[in-house]
Amino acid sequence: MLDVESSQRVERGPSTVPGTEDLVINMGPQHPSTHGVLRVILKMDGETVTDVDCDIGYLHRGTEKIGENITYTMFIPYTDRLDYIAAPSSNLAWVQTVESLFDWEIPPRALFIRSMVAELSRIASHLLWLATHALDIGAMTVFLWCFREREMVLDLFERAFGARLTVNAFRLGGLFQDVPQEFLDDTRAFIEIFPSRIDDYETLLTENRIWLQRTQGVGVISAEDAMDLALTGPILRSTGVQWDLRRAKPYAAYPFLDFVVPVGENGDVYDRYLVRVEEMRQSTRIIEQCLDMLPDGPVSCKTPRTIKPPAGEVYHSIENPKGEFGFYLVSDGTETPYRVRIRPPSFINLAGLKKLSVGGLLADVIAIIGSIDIVLGECDR
Amino acid sequence: MIAEIIAATLKIVLVLGVVSLVVAYLTYLERKIIGHIQMRLGPMRVGWHGLLQPIADGLKLFLKEDIIPSRADKIVFVIAPIMVLVPAFVVYSVLPFGPNFYITQVNVGLFLVLAVSSLGVFGIVMAGWASNSKYSLLGALRGAAQMLSYEIFLGFALIGPLMLAGSLNLQNIVQAQSDVWFVFYQPLAFIVFFIAALAETNRVPFDLPEAETELVAGFHTEYSGMKFAFFFLAEYANIMAVSTVGIAVFFGGWKGIPGIPLPGLVWYLLKLGAIIFVFIWIRATLPRYRYDQLMRIGWKFMFPLVIANIFLTGLVKLLFL
Amino acid sequence: MELPFFYLFSVGIIGASILMVTRANVIHAALLLVLTFFFLSGVYVLAGAEFLAVVQILLYAGGIMVLYLFSIMLMSVDVAVRLRQFHRQTIFAMATAVLLALEIWMVLSRGTSYPAFKSFGWGIGATPGNVEALGSVLYTQFLFPFEVASVLLLAAMIGAIVLAKRTIDR
Repeated sequence: MLDVESSQRVERGPSTVPGTEDLVINMGPQHPSTHGVLRVILKMDGETVTDVDCDIGYLHRGTEKIGENITYTMFIPYTDRLDYIAAPSSNLAWVQTVESLFDWEIPPRALFIRSMVAELSRIASHLLWLATHALDIGAMTVFLWCFREREMVLDLFERAFGARLTVNAFRLGGLFQDVPQEFLDDTRAFIEIFPSRIDDYETLLTENRIWLQRTQGVGVISAEDAMDLALTGPILRSTGVQWDLRRAKPYAAYPFLDFVVPVGENGDVYDRYLVRVEEMRQSTRIIEQCLDMLPDGPVSCKTPRTIKPPAGEVYHSIENPKGEFGFYLVSDGTETPYRVRIRPPSFINLAGLKKLSVGGLLADVIAIIGSIDIVLGECDR
Repeated sequence: MIAEIIAATLKIVLVLGVVSLVVAYLTYLERKIIGHIQMRLGPMRVGWHGLLQPIADGLKLFLKEDIIPSRADKIVFVIAPIMVLVPAFVVYSVLPFGPNFYITQVNVGLFLVLAVSSLGVFGIVMAGWASNSKYSLLGALRGAAQMLSYEIFLGFALIGPLMLAGSLNLQNIVQAQSDVWFVFYQPLAFIVFFIAALAETNRVPFDLPEAETELVAGFHTEYSGMKFAFFFLAEYANIMAVSTVGIAVFFGGWKGIPGIPLPGLVWYLLKLGAIIFVFIWIRATLPRYRYDQLMRIGWKFMFPLVIANIFLTGLVKLLFL
Repeated sequence: MELPFFYLFSVGIIGASILMVTRANVIHAALLLVLTFFFLSGVYVLAGAEFLAVVQILLYAGGIMVLYLFSIMLMSVDVAVRLRQFHRQTIFAMATAVLLALEIWMVLSRGTSYPAFKSFGWGIGATPGNVEALGSVLYTQFLFPFEVASVLLLAAMIGAIVLAKRTIDR
């Protein structure tokens, strides 16, 4: 095979011995379908992938260390920058982790708004996933259609929190202030049209022969392997394991809400697609219930001016759109955390890439990276 | 003698000029149509409804820095885009645009079109190899394999209608469809032809050689400026050429529906517009096939189909005509 | 009108061939061979053999040479460049060249009066628009050799697949 790396060129020297070499392809860190600054080193035999190696850390900002030097409240905006596709989910994980060190009574209105916004962020995240995943496989209209709806969700965030991407949505003890009535009205308008928009995407993809051929039986993983690799989120549910932290360890307003946890059967790229599309529908249902059941009252409990949790440690995780997103927090009783450790779903799910892609083709790797749904912000932290 | 040469030169210049302009505006058309399919407006800034966009794009590409990678094979790297563009335009020399509007007629017309358009693959292979980049090389390998295979189906799909027309001269083929367009006699051949044409011009769902999400830009990853524009122009020139062949062989070329008096050229342009719209429509709708699937469809599905079509056509012709 | 073109093509053929055999880079050599085919098909057109000219481009340039390039591309050209370019086959090559020259001289000196050419229908390609004539001759007078050639090609194809498949299975 042609060898472009000059160092090897010199070493090999003139040789008449016939033989073949594997082609090594560096995909990324600047590559359109690695979804950020992920570098994937592929060893290929022709078009068949024989080995996969991920090189991460291009977006490392030392978020965990920063967390040790600032107060608990000041860290909330940093969590926006972890999973920036679904920033409110990261906010929620952090504020709940800190709150679990106290015995505060969070007002129900705040809990419902938190759940609602978390589900909106799930929709925003899944829309971005569907858009880029479809684009990776070549369906570019889905890309723009999805962005049209994601735009609506971001507009909702702007209405409620004043920012679109890094929303800094929640505060310790509840919300910063109550959401405006227009936000609730617009959200209702959005969930009324959104199911028909999901139908539109499905028209283009779900029964499309090319889409089926590209995704069915590609990147298959068994439930046992998925659990051994600690994969979580839609990628685990696509193998048939019904594991959703909203159900398993309910938080915020989820104990009061009725929703289905969709699971797949085969654990391939297509099942992951179906699971996520169904999750968007379920999220719409959840938001509708939240709007219907939204109680009146305050949105924040009484919190001390300086947050000084009692000494101790806690691990708390929530169901982020991408999987289990958790914080391990050690408090020494001062204003700043002693240790912050993030459990990012992207990082751990990405570890399954090798298992999923070896033996497939180059085009499959693209589809598989898309179906894992990574965001490098939380992966590299 | 001199007058003949001048007339021929004028015709060539006219066709080349018109084709280049139309090809430039095909990019505009594509962006507009796809834009509206995707609920957006497409180019709107340059000129009325972005009508001057292709010209602005051309100017931009002219002024861009022309980069040749330092480890590239310079001569081959420079020749490659020309090798793609020239066959794409040479093909127009025998295509019929109207009853009296064509550059020349040759008896091996259709055959010449196939032969010349098959040369485009050289440019792709050369570009991919000379760039000294793995993405380019993989793109070139895919491109070469794909175009070689689908050329065979393209050619074989045309044999059915050729047997009905009894000539390789494109004007004669058009004349043979005075009563009924061949698409009604040869629907199978047309379907295979259309799919092969999509693959031959590297269009979605067969745009593997330049699959941007896998191979960045495939064989022209390392190209910039005017050289890149050459690849781009060639792609659209090929689309138009292959559509023209399809129209001439299956849709009666410049012949219209009887009873509607329109010039032949207008009929041709209407049909061309319709076919190109389908090309663009497909691009906006379908995802991309995988390399092995593409080959499997070609060899295991389309190849037996065209062979069967030729056999049936021959049988019917022998028994009933 | 035709003469200048004939000289242009002839010079092209000879020039490209000489360049081809002297290139160390295989890819360049292959591309020059393609150029040779082009000029050759130009000569065919001048001789009135349009069909042959098109076949020359379609099969040799468009088909076979692409496959050649395809396989050459996958080899390390740098290594090939550093290989020895001459293989001490001068005597053998000289003998072949002399034989070839003799053959050409024989054909040229006897011209089309040679009985073998007469029986082979020499001259049917001389009229423009020879596709129909060529087709009917090929499928009537030369049907048997034509079919034998196609069977031979089929056998070669199957053989190639068998050989390649054995390597893949192993």
